[in-house]
Amino acid sequence: MAEGIKDKVAIIGMGCTKFGELWDKSAEDLMVDAFKECIEDAGIEKKDIDAAWFGVHFEEQSVGKGATPLSLTLKLPFIPVTRTENFCATGTEAFRGACYGVASGAYDVALALGVEKLKDTGYGGLPGGPNLLGTKSALINPKLTAPGAFAMMATRYFAVYGLNPEEGKRMLAKVSVKSHYNGARNPKAHLRREVTEEQIIKAPIIAWPLGLFDCCGVSDGSAAAIVTRADMAKKFRPDPISVKALQIALSSGEELMYTKWDGAHVETTYRGGMRAYKEAGVKNPREEISMAEVHDCFSITEAVTMEDLQFSPRGKVKEDIEAGRFNHDGPQPIQPDGGLKCFGHPIGASGLRMLYEMYKQLQGKAQLPERQLKNPKLGLTHNLGGFPPMNIVSIAIIGL
Amino acid sequence: MVGIKSYGAYIPRYRMNHNTIFMAVAFLGTFPPPGENAVANHDEDTLTMAVAAGIDCVSGMKREAVDGLYLATTSQPYMVRQNSALVATALDLQSNIRTADFVGSTKSGTTALLSALDTVKGEMSSNILVCASDCRLSKPGSPQESLYGDGAASLLVGSDDVIATFEGSYSVSYDFPDRWRASGEKFEHAWEDRFIRDSGYSQFISEVISGLLKKYNLNIKDFTKIVYPGLYAREHGAIAKRLGADPGQLQDTLLSTVGDTGSASPLMMLIAALEDAKPGDKILVTSFGNGGDALFFQVTEKIESVANKRAVKKHLNSKKDLASYEKYLAFRNLAPMDLGMRGEMSMRTPMSALFRERKVVLALCGSKCKKCGTPQYPYQRVCVNPDCGAIDQMEDYRFSDKKGVVFTYTGDNLAASIDPPSVYGLVDFDGGGRYWFDFTDCDLDSVKVGMQVEMTFRRRYVDESSGVHGYSWKATPIRA
Repeated sequence: MAEGIKDKVAIIGMGCTKFGELWDKSAEDLMVDAFKECIEDAGIEKKDIDAAWFGVHFEEQSVGKGATPLSLTLKLPFIPVTRTENFCATGTEAFRGACYGVASGAYDVALALGVEKLKDTGYGGLPGGPNLLGTKSALINPKLTAPGAFAMMATRYFAVYGLNPEEGKRMLAKVSVKSHYNGARNPKAHLRREVTEEQIIKAPIIAWPLGLFDCCGVSDGSAAAIVTRADMAKKFRPDPISVKALQIALSSGEELMYTKWDGAHVETTYRGGMRAYKEAGVKNPREEISMAEVHDCFSITEAVTMEDLQFSPRGKVKEDIEAGRFNHDGPQPIQPDGGLKCFGHPIGASGLRMLYEMYKQLQGKAQLPERQLKNPKLGLTHNLGGFPPMNIVSIAIIGL
Repeated sequence: MVGIKSYGAYIPRYRMNHNTIFMAVAFLGTFPPPGENAVANHDEDTLTMAVAAGIDCVSGMKREAVDGLYLATTSQPYMVRQNSALVATALDLQSNIRTADFVGSTKSGTTALLSALDTVKGEMSSNILVCASDCRLSKPGSPQESLYGDGAASLLVGSDDVIATFEGSYSVSYDFPDRWRASGEKFEHAWEDRFIRDSGYSQFISEVISGLLKKYNLNIKDFTKIVYPGLYAREHGAIAKRLGADPGQLQDTLLSTVGDTGSASPLMMLIAALEDAKPGDKILVTSFGNGGDALFFQVTEKIESVANKRAVKKHLNSKKDLASYEKYLAFRNLAPMDLGMRGEMSMRTPMSALFRERKVVLALCGSKCKKCGTPQYPYQRVCVNPDCGAIDQMEDYRFSDKKGVVFTYTGDNLAASIDPPSVYGLVDFDGGGRYWFDFTDCDLDSVKVGMQVEMTFRRRYVDESSGVHGYSWKATPIRA
């Protein structure tokens, strides 16, 4: 019987750049910036690192293939470096690789670094291209964009739970109001302006029913973590953060091609969440998970994720959103750093960025006093890569 | 007896009023007559319309029985790569069939029909599907712009259960240079209208009909309906008068409702005549183009069992006005439009993959699990049913003739499109199977979860850098 990862690995250092449209920074600059903060935080030197995992998704837009972009940029001295790519779960995959590397005993200290340079495309939104999902898909699939694919989940959610478009859009607007509130208070966030529900509802439609403020930022950025075996962690710092669960779940094809999926939730999040709670020993996620950074690529994604992670009962997230449950001062704060929505979403860095926020909050070091949450015990991060009917979900739970 | 077993047609949903054209190009001195034209959507062309007409024609029949496909057109997308073979693939016909393109003249529709009748008569084939389709590009402001309409007609030719027997034909051929388009040219050239009318249209139609009457010792009054294209409205009537026909014998030319659909025109008019025909009716069909063909049919009792055809009537009534001439120019790629840099990323078609996946891509075929019965698209080797999971227990399963319902949808303004928003969604097929598809011929406001849709073969992209016209299937609200 597999034991799982709980309390075998600890995070001893993290770094995260400011996210945004960083016209003056290359992917390499961002990697160096995140790495510098990360090893300073860990109190280690480059020579202490035994192996590294490097996450980047749209490599053709920035650094190119393979893992040499990391080894060459950081001048890593001939150590093993592995590139990970798994859509928006890319950064968490890098982290997972590093954790398993040290948990196995193969290494003492490992680096996970994710980066994405999205703003060299010349247009808004994510980089496109017909072959994103492979040759056959390029010949038969609709011309999907990310907002369109997630908008279909909003359409479906509204239909399944009987919300008219106005009710649905208002529910989603509240999700974004909260994230903008949090982002506005975070110096490293990409979008730092508060917006009102009315502004959100009246904004131009990107993909019906999602408007501009239902969509997250498309950003440049990098984040990194240093992990070590739990039994060594206190040698590096007094307040290491322990890894409680690391899960990943992938679509089986039945959502897209079989007819049982309801389209109003993400099956992988539910399944991955169940496994993560089991691994971490969490019985009641609504009560035990103190805070979370979830994959709010779109407002609807955050809303259904609350249900899939069992923070809200199925079909009832609207009530929790309206009650302010997930606000910064609510009982279960979600996206305290602004989320993908406002902190930004450089694909390969996002998973590590989420961990950075949870790590800092758990240590009580959320930079500004007004950002610090009260005594969090367990933080959850969640990435959803791909599209609701065919995706990759990664979930990490970390705690004191 | 050899004859017509079934018919089908396709008229695109968009109509452009001639006044819309007039308002846009009147400064050039163009004065189109009253009426409207059928206008192909931006994702339609000769081949997509041929497929749609073919589907209408073979609906309710076993497609395995079709052993030939003749395509007639003057606006084929490919000069090399047989257009009829592509249409046959999209229709999911067998591969052991005869396919041929009949091109280069607006009489090619009747010539293809004659050839099919000959082939069946000669017992070389049993059931030949004839598709005539035209989607002709006209120079903005040209007389052709308001004259030409887009559409397709399809007839199934066979020797049993015919709804109309083939009684005879007469043809004339002239190298008549009324209109021409050399290889590599985008637009047609035309000589003076009065020359076309007086030296060609009026002469050839009279000659070919008189020839037929003489050859079979018939009188013009013997025919219930007389079909010939109506390029010149007044001359159309004058020809009949000279032949001694009553105006009531003349089949409506569809000129002010659909436009002149080129190679499809006489067949579409024939189909409209068959829609109203009674057993015993005699129908004369004549084409015009570098001479012409005249064909003579007699309607049988089987006509009364024809059902569920959209043909001409239903398509005529199912329409939407295209009020923007600028949009029409954009649809035809006649004015460069900015799709943003996202729109500049073109598709490079892997031809070997396209051939390997031709049933999936062009015929909308998936698989059905023999163990659990689950239909799935595209073809899967491992069953998608989580309670089954059988490996390699699949049989081919065609989705193109299945209806479905909208599971969910969106209207995407970010996706590059000449006609935003890009509407797409997931479709649950009647009988099982789910996949996502682009939607077409619909307005976002009209799409609803649970709405019934059907599948339509459409042009997906044109990659000008490699000369590839890419096709696939889209979902569309049930037409008529």
